[in-house]
Amino acid sequence: MADKTTLKYTAEHEWIRVEGELAVIGITDYAAEKLGDVVFVDLPAVGATLSASTVVGEIESTKSVGELFAPLDGTVAEANDAVVDDPSLVNSDPFGAGWLVSIRYDALPENLLSWDEYAALVGE
Amino acid sequence: MTDSERTSPLHALHEAAGASFTDFAGWLMPVRYSSDLAEHHAVRSAAGIFDISHMAEIQVAGADAAEFLDQALAGKLSAIELFQAKYSLLLNEAGGIIDDLVVYRNGEQEYLVVANAGNRSAVVAALAERARAYEHVAVVDRSDEIALIAVQGPASRAILQATTGLDVLDELPSLDEVKYYRATGASFAGGTVFIGRTGYTGEDGFELYVDEADAVELWTALVEAGTPLGLVPAGLASRDTLRLEAGMPLYGHELGPGKLPVQAGLGRVVALGKPGPFVGRAAVETGPDADTPVLVALVSEGRRAGRAGYSVLAGGTVVGEVTSGALSPTLGHPIAMAYVHPDHAEPGTVLDIDVRGTRIPATVTKLPFYSREK
Repeated sequence: MADKTTLKYTAEHEWIRVEGELAVIGITDYAAEKLGDVVFVDLPAVGATLSASTVVGEIESTKSVGELFAPLDGTVAEANDAVVDDPSLVNSDPFGAGWLVSIRYDALPENLLSWDEYAALVGE
Repeated sequence: MTDSERTSPLHALHEAAGASFTDFAGWLMPVRYSSDLAEHHAVRSAAGIFDISHMAEIQVAGADAAEFLDQALAGKLSAIELFQAKYSLLLNEAGGIIDDLVVYRNGEQEYLVVANAGNRSAVVAALAERARAYEHVAVVDRSDEIALIAVQGPASRAILQATTGLDVLDELPSLDEVKYYRATGASFAGGTVFIGRTGYTGEDGFELYVDEADAVELWTALVEAGTPLGLVPAGLASRDTLRLEAGMPLYGHELGPGKLPVQAGLGRVVALGKPGPFVGRAAVETGPDADTPVLVALVSEGRRAGRAGYSVLAGGTVVGEVTSGALSPTLGHPIAMAYVHPDHAEPGTVLDIDVRGTRIPATVTKLPFYSREK
């Protein structure tokens, strides 16, 4: 599992791992736990232009539907086909194999949360 | 979740087992222990154990009990035998559904009415009000004294038989003999456990009514006997997908005071053949208007499920609304129940569900979606 303390977070329970000009995003273990077993993931297409804070995908469990928000402006460089084929990866490895999309971003927003800030938000 | 004031006598066991909790009708109950899908599959293939102690149990006793229940409920409860169970409805004067119930006859002059947790006070109030016309009947809310544990799945009978200290009383049917929707009784921890072969999952199974003081001991003994046979603790999330696959209605979704039994496909539950008046009879006999929505089953392809509240369309026109829906864990495709205009209710009719702006084709089919091999 990735080191959670080195990632950035949003209040919408997404994590962001910056790799050069790409930002890899996924949802946190807290969000995955709240959703329950994920059975369907709908991701934006490669090349799609994303605007921060808009809904760009969906994560459905047996019980509920979670919206995927773009954490930053950019274009989709890669979508994780493995998680579309096997949505349970979101539950089993939310910070690793359960990643969702990588985004070629313009600039990192100022308002991303550190691990400490996110952990405080969810009461960990 | 902070609204939940009530917890089950089994709450500490659920916490120790790592359950996540949800508010259900003012009760803090397990929604899942680890994986709701794994719990669902365990019930279909082996067994699951559910804490449903939030449900309400109301004792109706006295020389007039049978006659009273025939007047108060939609079914003919006077006709059921000792230790038989019957699914029934409590109707209002307009024929609408106050609650759906399971009624057991556990004495010549004694019945146990099992109601949904959220309707406990409404059911107790309606029964008490209707009982005023009878001299020899007492309505007693026993919910606080009784814990309710369901063991469901093909291994459930073997699990009960292997449970240490749970011994069916000599004069009552054994677990091999007791039929579906019949009951028996067993001794346990110095008391008596009332056992119905009933459930809400579409599998064989039992529901065990136990003194709340003995509930922890009984749950622990069942888990100990059941674990080698594949038993897992299961939460309300799997209970909901199991009952949906089995085509069983849920109050607040498919049933409510604005719904007549016939709309919900429950016309057979109303005993119009019984003599004498009963509450809701006139409205049921009149029947709904010709264009009153009826409950249908819908199946789709793919993985995107319609959910409660989503619109159902024919062409471009809204003709109904989903009341329950999920990606069926057993079948692998989306299933839903919906109320639609009767013009669109024929099996084979292709409709659309508006899934958050995307129209997903859905074909009307017959309930249940899933039935076990017998």
